[in-house]
Amino acid sequence: MTKSRGRFGIHGGQYIPETLMNAVIELEEAYNHYKNDPQFQDELQTLLNEYANRPSRLYYAEKMTKDLGGAKIYLKREDLNHTGAHKINNVLGQALLAKKMGKTRLIAETGAGQHGVATATAAALMGMECVVFMGIKDTERQALNVYKMKLLGADVVPVKTGTGTLKDAVSEAMREWTNRIADTHYCLGSVMGPHPFPTIVRDFQAVISKEIKAQILEKEGRLPDAVLACVGGGSNAIGSFYNFIDDKDVRLIGCEAAGRGIDTPETAATINTGREGIFHGMKSYFCQDEFGQIAPVYSISAGLDYPGIGPEHAYLHDIGRAEYVAITDEEAVNAFEYLSRMEGIIPAIESSHALAYAMQIAPKMDKDKIIVVTLSGRGDKDCAAIARYRGEDIYE
Amino acid sequence: MSRIAEAFDHGKAFIPFVTCGDPDLNTTKAIIKELQAAGADLIELGIPFSDPTAEGPTIQEANLRSLSNGCTTDKIFAMVKEIRQEVTIPMVFMTYANVVFSYGSERFIKTAKEIGMDGMILPDVPYEEKEEFLDLCKKYDFDLVSLIAPTSEDRIQMIAAEADGFVYVVSSLGVTGVRSKITTDLKSMVAKIKAATDIPCAIGFGISTPEQARNMAMTGADGVIVGSAIVKIIAQYKQDAPRYVGEYVRSMKEAIRGL
Repeated sequence: MTKSRGRFGIHGGQYIPETLMNAVIELEEAYNHYKNDPQFQDELQTLLNEYANRPSRLYYAEKMTKDLGGAKIYLKREDLNHTGAHKINNVLGQALLAKKMGKTRLIAETGAGQHGVATATAAALMGMECVVFMGIKDTERQALNVYKMKLLGADVVPVKTGTGTLKDAVSEAMREWTNRIADTHYCLGSVMGPHPFPTIVRDFQAVISKEIKAQILEKEGRLPDAVLACVGGGSNAIGSFYNFIDDKDVRLIGCEAAGRGIDTPETAATINTGREGIFHGMKSYFCQDEFGQIAPVYSISAGLDYPGIGPEHAYLHDIGRAEYVAITDEEAVNAFEYLSRMEGIIPAIESSHALAYAMQIAPKMDKDKIIVVTLSGRGDKDCAAIARYRGEDIYE
Repeated sequence: MSRIAEAFDHGKAFIPFVTCGDPDLNTTKAIIKELQAAGADLIELGIPFSDPTAEGPTIQEANLRSLSNGCTTDKIFAMVKEIRQEVTIPMVFMTYANVVFSYGSERFIKTAKEIGMDGMILPDVPYEEKEEFLDLCKKYDFDLVSLIAPTSEDRIQMIAAEADGFVYVVSSLGVTGVRSKITTDLKSMVAKIKAATDIPCAIGFGISTPEQARNMAMTGADGVIVGSAIVKIIAQYKQDAPRYVGEYVRSMKEAIRGL
């Protein structure tokens, strides 16, 4: 009898065209080999430290903590990584793996452009060809990142189909992969898609929680009470949660994009408004209509503007190990502005969703409690869009 | 023996594909009748999906046209039920896993069988995931068609040995759509499939001309599947498409007659 691989509870799997099956099997075999190869791990560690600027800091946001008057807030500074977000952790791992597999070309999807920029960066560093698929709407709202990718030598393909956002970019990257497999690795940017991607990407991002754990033990001598991260596909969140999953007293909180509100159709809060489905290679929760048509989701954040969520998050939700809350555009923009003024740190609008929830719960918690918020990226890319949101017409 | 086998009983089978509801379900109905009259042996009825990841631009656009005109799975079921009184050749659905899963897999398969459909093709359900639907398909005697691709290589035997209905042979890498050339060594692929199963196989992806159809039929395959070329005719002629589709199908069927 046949056997589905890569399950997290009932979620996950490999719902992809037969054309891609040998490619994902080859990838899984290569990954299983290299993850235990000391030389591969050494090379990756050197890249992460010397090139990407790891370990990232765990910063005590003292002013914010005092202002909110409750739990102590620490920020995991993934925004200080090279290329400005956590995306580089996964990309360096996958690009190195692809290179070991003899691939010469990387393709990727991108929403906000952070994963596209990271992939273009790794491709430049490793002398690989790079093509990035980006929804046409996102190329407009994240024009600076489009320029960066081109500057780094990548081709950027604007995807005009569907809603012209992240889900369409993923579909188009998958189509391109079926078209050209032999020399091409699909460098998927989140903990989603067919097995083995959710596992590979999680393992490469798990460095975030590994560092948080060591850093908080050093600073506070104990584990945090809650770890917060924003969730689109969910890569920075699973990276922030992973090494705490067995520490049952640590609350794990994923912050989804509610867009204009979970009671409106203009939302991207998958766990809060979606239901079980099969799409983009995986079984998980998806925003969809009664006939299974994928919903045209919305969020001010291009990086969270996705109708699904990684299968491991779906599982953590099912078993009640992680909580998933919804944060609106307005709440996220307020947090974006708040952190800029309070701590002199301009956060990505994606990460601002996690900050917004920290701002809600910290004041209700005792002063001896500790919250860690993963600042998954920096907000330079968002300044023009937030200015426009506030009615100020500036151009990049 | 399922009804699908009948499609391959009288020479090489011609298998057209249409997206239901493009441009509207009344036209789809007229096209289906025309396809039978023109000599089609089996019809693939596409249930549109918002994000058809295995399709090229032509069928993607047909999916969106259909959905934006309000086509739904229920409306397609109603249309099929009606047309089944006149159309007797085998018909299978072609759609994506979520359309079936989200409807309730059992409810979908049971209803599809009741209205006279013979099976379904799900391009995003490979061998490893077919258990998701297979038991229900067996329960309702509804064929789940397996696909084999140019990259399948060592997987061919395993897939073909368990295949039901017919084997869908994907002619080329990439997505659906008209191609000027098909370069895969289909002859040896078909031979490997034939060695593993007695079930017929048909080649699809990229076929549009009578010459290509003839070449594909001469690889040893039992049938030829054409989608995008027909969808293009429908996109061009809209409500007037049935007779143009009929003309085209006659020319394609003629090209593979007697092989």
